[in-house]
Amino acid sequence: MLTPSQTLGPFFSHALPYAEGPFCVPEGHPGAIELRGRVTDGAGEPVPDALLEICQPGLFGRCPTAPDGSYHFRTARPETYLPLLIFARGLLKPVWTRVHLTPDDRFLDEVDESRRATLVATREGEAVYRFDVRLQGAGETVFFAI
Amino acid sequence: MPADDPHPPYLHPPYGSTLLRAPAQPLLAPKLDPEAAELVDPVYGHRPVGDLDHDLTRQRPVEPLGERIIVTGRVLESGGRPVRGALVEVWQANASGRYAHDLDRHPAPLDPGFHGFGRCLTDDEGRYRFVTIKPGAYPWRNHPNAWRPAHIHFSVFGTQFAQRLITQMYFPGDPLFEHDPIMNSAAAARDRLVARFDLGTTEPEWALGYQWDIVIKGAA
Repeated sequence: MLTPSQTLGPFFSHALPYAEGPFCVPEGHPGAIELRGRVTDGAGEPVPDALLEICQPGLFGRCPTAPDGSYHFRTARPETYLPLLIFARGLLKPVWTRVHLTPDDRFLDEVDESRRATLVATREGEAVYRFDVRLQGAGETVFFAI
Repeated sequence: MPADDPHPPYLHPPYGSTLLRAPAQPLLAPKLDPEAAELVDPVYGHRPVGDLDHDLTRQRPVEPLGERIIVTGRVLESGGRPVRGALVEVWQANASGRYAHDLDRHPAPLDPGFHGFGRCLTDDEGRYRFVTIKPGAYPWRNHPNAWRPAHIHFSVFGTQFAQRLITQMYFPGDPLFEHDPIMNSAAAARDRLVARFDLGTTEPEWALGYQWDIVIKGAA
């Protein structure tokens, strides 16, 4: 008898986020990467009240979106992909996606080729990657049943 | 979706915010081998849980207004195994139905004695326990004369990231249940979101007690 999920609603930013949340590893950590992006809805509008979480062995990160829908993390370079979990007002249950840093990961073989690109981050600098999330509509990010 | 999936759909038109945020494409069911990154233990080591973090009535120099309550229960896996040492976070409106959040415009008073956020770790039986005040109902703009039933938001971790759950707990007998599209998105499973008043948990001359167990999917 599982407990049903419910939305986290719009009013969580006084509670769940914390200053160190987006920083899974300290600045200057060997091999650290920066991950940044935006979350948008089916009308292409920013989602300013989402909460994103990532998890890696020994690491956990949490970042709320800013008014422009943006988020950022600093974490260790993943061996394969970074699981990314997104909660928001209007999401009665969260969406799960996967951030791949390269397009040649074997996990991507399961994904329809036409939508695969939504799971691959764009490299913007030495160790800086951009990963935008589109909840709905054109270019909708692939989400997983986890 | 499996027949026993109690979770709401993404698209639930009575809850207007789902219309532009619900994914339209079907979810992909990945093969989750034991190495899958979703099966990693979520280590939330940033901030240790303090001794008073579970008591939302003692986080300010003054006590909050409202009806003092104890909310306790167990975090269990679907097979009945308790989830031990797991982080449980709660947040809620004050007794007047106002959140201590900058964007909450409900013209009800803020309470200098109440911030409305607490956390604790489950014990060896999977039990959590919070002391707080009963939150008030509040209006929202989803539809004309829309009011949310009183609720406490719960965020729960298991031993694997894939077990992550955020949900809401409601209070028994609330007349707003039938009017609330968020609660009713859980359809027949909505009753699982309602706590049980418990005289045994109630402390004489001090606080009413409620019991509410949270069941998350089993670890893979």
